[in-house]
Amino acid sequence: MIPYIANTEQEVEKMLARIGVASIDDLFADIRNRHRPKSFRFPAGLSEFEVISTLRAAASRNKSGLISFLGGGYYDHYVPAAVNAVISRGEFYTAYTPYQPEVAQGTLQALYEFQSSICALTGMEAANASLYDGGTALYEAAMMAVRINGRSKIVMDGGVSPIYRKILRTYTTNLNYEFAETPVTHGHSDRDEIIRQLDKDTAAIILQNPNFFGAMDDHADIVTRAHELGVLVIESVYPIALGLMKTPGEMGADIVTGEGQSLGLPLNFGGPYLGFMATRKKYIRKMPGRIVGETVDENGKRCFVNTLQAREQHIRREKATSNICTNVSLCALRALVFMSLMGKQGFKELSTLNFEKAEYTRQRLESIDGVEVKRSAPTFNEFTILLPLAADCVVERMIDKGFAAGFPLGRYYPGMEDYMIVAVTEKRTRREIDAYVTALETTLNELSKETAACS
Amino acid sequence: MQLIFEKSVPGQRGFLNSRSDVDVAVAFPAELARAEDCPLPELSELEVVRHYTNLSKYNFSIDTHFYPLGSCTMKYNPKFCEEIAQLPEFTQLHPLLPQLRHGDQFVQGALEVLYELEKWMCEMTGMDAITMQPLAGAHGELTGVMMMAAYHKARGNDKRYIIVPDSAHGTNPATARIAGYETIAIPSDANGVMDLEKLKECITDEVAGLMLTCPNTHGLFNSDIDKIAEMIHAVDGIMYYDGANLNAILGRCRPGDIGFDVMHINTHKTFTTPHGGGGPGAGPVGVTEKLTPYLPVSRVIQKEDGAYALKYDYPDTIGYIASFYGNFGILLRAYAYILLLGEEGLRAVSDHAVLNANYIKECLKGIYHLPFDRRCMHEVVFSAKNQAERGMHALDIAKFLIDQGFHPPTVYFPLTVKESIMIEPTETESKATIDAFIEAMMAADQLSRSAPEQAHQFPATTPVTRPDEVKAARDLNTSYFQKTA
Repeated sequence: MIPYIANTEQEVEKMLARIGVASIDDLFADIRNRHRPKSFRFPAGLSEFEVISTLRAAASRNKSGLISFLGGGYYDHYVPAAVNAVISRGEFYTAYTPYQPEVAQGTLQALYEFQSSICALTGMEAANASLYDGGTALYEAAMMAVRINGRSKIVMDGGVSPIYRKILRTYTTNLNYEFAETPVTHGHSDRDEIIRQLDKDTAAIILQNPNFFGAMDDHADIVTRAHELGVLVIESVYPIALGLMKTPGEMGADIVTGEGQSLGLPLNFGGPYLGFMATRKKYIRKMPGRIVGETVDENGKRCFVNTLQAREQHIRREKATSNICTNVSLCALRALVFMSLMGKQGFKELSTLNFEKAEYTRQRLESIDGVEVKRSAPTFNEFTILLPLAADCVVERMIDKGFAAGFPLGRYYPGMEDYMIVAVTEKRTRREIDAYVTALETTLNELSKETAACS
Repeated sequence: MQLIFEKSVPGQRGFLNSRSDVDVAVAFPAELARAEDCPLPELSELEVVRHYTNLSKYNFSIDTHFYPLGSCTMKYNPKFCEEIAQLPEFTQLHPLLPQLRHGDQFVQGALEVLYELEKWMCEMTGMDAITMQPLAGAHGELTGVMMMAAYHKARGNDKRYIIVPDSAHGTNPATARIAGYETIAIPSDANGVMDLEKLKECITDEVAGLMLTCPNTHGLFNSDIDKIAEMIHAVDGIMYYDGANLNAILGRCRPGDIGFDVMHINTHKTFTTPHGGGGPGAGPVGVTEKLTPYLPVSRVIQKEDGAYALKYDYPDTIGYIASFYGNFGILLRAYAYILLLGEEGLRAVSDHAVLNANYIKECLKGIYHLPFDRRCMHEVVFSAKNQAERGMHALDIAKFLIDQGFHPPTVYFPLTVKESIMIEPTETESKATIDAFIEAMMAADQLSRSAPEQAHQFPATTPVTRPDEVKAARDLNTSYFQKTA
C-alpha cells in the first residue's frame, strides 16, 4: 500500500459493509465491461530514494553551471533564501483558490498586497491577482482592449517579444482580428510607422519596454496620438527595469502586462512563471482574472475577498471576460515576498546593479575588434551586438567554454543571423564578465580561422 | 492584520545586494527615469518572514485541515515531489537553451522527463500524443478546442456550436466562447447524467463537438458514453474530455478507449501537484491520432540515436500556445508522483477516492437530500434543501463546518442542484477524519432542527467573520496605493 492512502484492510471492509457492497470493484459498476481500458501498464512503484536517483541521473544530463548572458525576457537573477522559506509554508502552497474567505485570509491579504506591489511597480491604479505568464497575459490584454472599445485591429511593435507575438496570433486565428506589425530598426521602434498604422479601427497598440533588443523608450508621444484616436496602449514590461525606468503609468499606458519571473522565480525550463496585469481604474471591470478587494467583516474588521466575480467563468460561464480559473497565486506570493525583501532601496539598487553591469559589459564588448554594439537608444540590462559571423555558431562554441553567451536573433528575425542579444544581471561579477569578453574574443579568432567552422 | 506596507519603517532593509564591482561612468538616463522610487515596503528580513508566516496561519490548507472541496481534489501533496522540484539542474535551466544551435543536447534531462511523462500519461488516458504546454486546466481546454477548430477547418466543416452539459464547469462554456464557438447547454436527466433525448434534438451538422466531464460534476459516470460518442462522431464532431475528474477512473477506464478524441489533464488533481492558493497548475492536452497533426509546437521527440529533441516542423500545427514547454516545475512533480505510485498505486488512487466518497454518501444519505440516489464515483453531491427550509442554508452549513475545524465542501456548485453541497474526500484521508467530518455534517443538520436561528453566527473561530462582499464590489479597493472606484 502506498503511504498516501490511510485506509487499512479492516477499515476498507467496514466501509464496504456500511455501503452494502462486497468489493471496491462493485462501486465501479457504472463503468461497463465494454468501457474497460485496453491497456494500463506501469512499472511497480518506487521508493523515494529510487525515484530521486532516477531523476538526479536525468538532471545530470542537462548542461548546468553555465555562466549566463542569456535573457530574451527570462533572466538569471538571485532568489533570496527567505523567498523559498515563506512559500514552503504548507498553509500557503497546499491551500486552494480562496473560495471561503474566512479561512483564506492569508492568501487573500497576500494577493491584495501583490496587487498593490504591482501597482507600485507599474504606476498603474489596479492590478489583478496574476495570470499564467507574460505571454498569455499579453494575449489577455489584447482581448481586454477589444472588449473595451469594440474595435478589431491590433498593432504590434516588432520590438515585442517574437514569442509573445506568435502566441497572440495562435489565439486569434479563428477570431476576426486584423494584425499589423511594425518593423524595428537597430532595435528601435519605427515611430512613424506605428503612428501611421493607428486609426479609428485600431483597438490597441502593443509595445514592450525595454523591447526585445533591450532598448528603453519613452512612449508618451505614442500614447498621446493613440488616445486622440481612441486607441488603447498596452505595454509589456520587465519588472526589474522599473526600479529605475519611467513607469508605464507615467507614460500614460492603459493596460500593462509583464513576465514576473525575474521577481524571485527560478528559470525552471520555462515555468511556472508569473503573468501580471495592471490597468486604469476605469477599466477594472473589463480586466480578466481574479481580483482581491478590501472590505469589512460583520464586526467592521478589515478583511479581503475575491471581488468583481461577475466577470469570471464560474459565475458568468460563456459570458465571462476570460476562461481563466487557476492563475499562479503561489508565484505571485513569491514575487510579493521578493519585492518586500528588496524594499524601496533594495529594489532600486538591484535595478542599478543590472544597469551598470550591462553597461560595463557593453563597453568591454565594444573593445573587441569586429564586435559592434548596435543601439540607437539607451538600453537597460540587455543589448544587441553585431558579430563578424553567424551568431549561432559563436554561441554554440561559447558553450564549450562555459558560457551561455546570448541569444542569436536569426531564429526569430530573419536577416539578423549575425546579431545576438546579451543580458547581464546582478549575478554576473566583473571577473565573469571579463572572462566572457576574453572568451568571445578567442572564439571569434578561432572561428575566423576555421573554414568549416559552422557545419 | 496590518498590511506589509503599513508596517514599513523607512531605513529598514530585508536584503543586502552585492556591492557593485564595476565602475561605469554612464548614469541611468534622466529623461527615462521614474519620478519617484518604487514605493515598496521597508522591513528587516525577520519582519518580512514573520508577516507572511503569520498570514499563512490565517489559511486552512491540506497540511492543516480536511479540505473536501468537491471538484477540486484537495488530496495530500507528497513532500517528496516538492523536493524533486528543487533539483538545481532543473530549476536553473534557461528555456531558451534548446533554441540555440544544436541546443537540444544541453537540456537532455528535461526533455527526457517531458517525453517519459507524455508516454505515461498516454498509457493512462488512451491518448496517442500529449502536449505538456498548457499552463493550467482552462488553458488546456482552450488548446483542445483550438485543435478542434483546426480539424474542422482542415476538413472544410462549417461548425458553429459546442455542446456543454449544464452540470459542466464554468470554464467549458467560457472556453468554447473565447475560441469562437457558441454553446448549447444540455440539461441532466433524473439520473444526474446528460439527457440523451435532449442531446439528440441538438445534434446537427453545425455541431463542432461536445465537452464532457466524465464522471460528471454530480460525481456520476455516464454508462451511455459510447452511444454519445457515436452520435457526435456521426456529424464529424469532436469528443472533448474534461479531465477534471480523471482521478476517479485510473485503471478502470481510459477516455481514449471510450470515444474521446481530445482531453486535458489537471495535474493538481489526479497528479496531486500543489494547488498553491490558486495555481500554478499545468494542463497537458492529449489527442488521438485524428487530432495529432494540430498539436501546438514544439513537440518532444526521441531520435533514432536515443537523444531527445524539440521539433517545430509540423505544417498543420495550431502554433504557439505558450512561451515554452509547459510549467516544467509542475510537470516534474507529476512525473515523480507516477514513478512513486506505479501501477498498483495509481489504481489505488481511484479505488480509495471512490470508496471514501461512497462511504460518506451512505452515512449522510437520509440526513441530507441526495438528488441522485445511486452509486457515485469520487465525489458526492447532496442538497441542503431540507435544512434550508428550516433556515440553515448550504452556506451556513459551510461556515458551521469551519468552526468544527473542516474546510467546507464546495457549495452552490454544480448549479443544477439547489443548495448543493459537493463533497470530495479524496483517497488520502483516513477513516477517522472522514468519520469526524460526517459527525460534523450531522451536527449541522441537528442545529438546523434545534436552533436554526443560530445559522448565521458561523464562523466565530476565524480571524474574521463573514465579509461584506457587496461593499467589496461597491467601494472597490484593490490596491493599498489607489482606492479604486
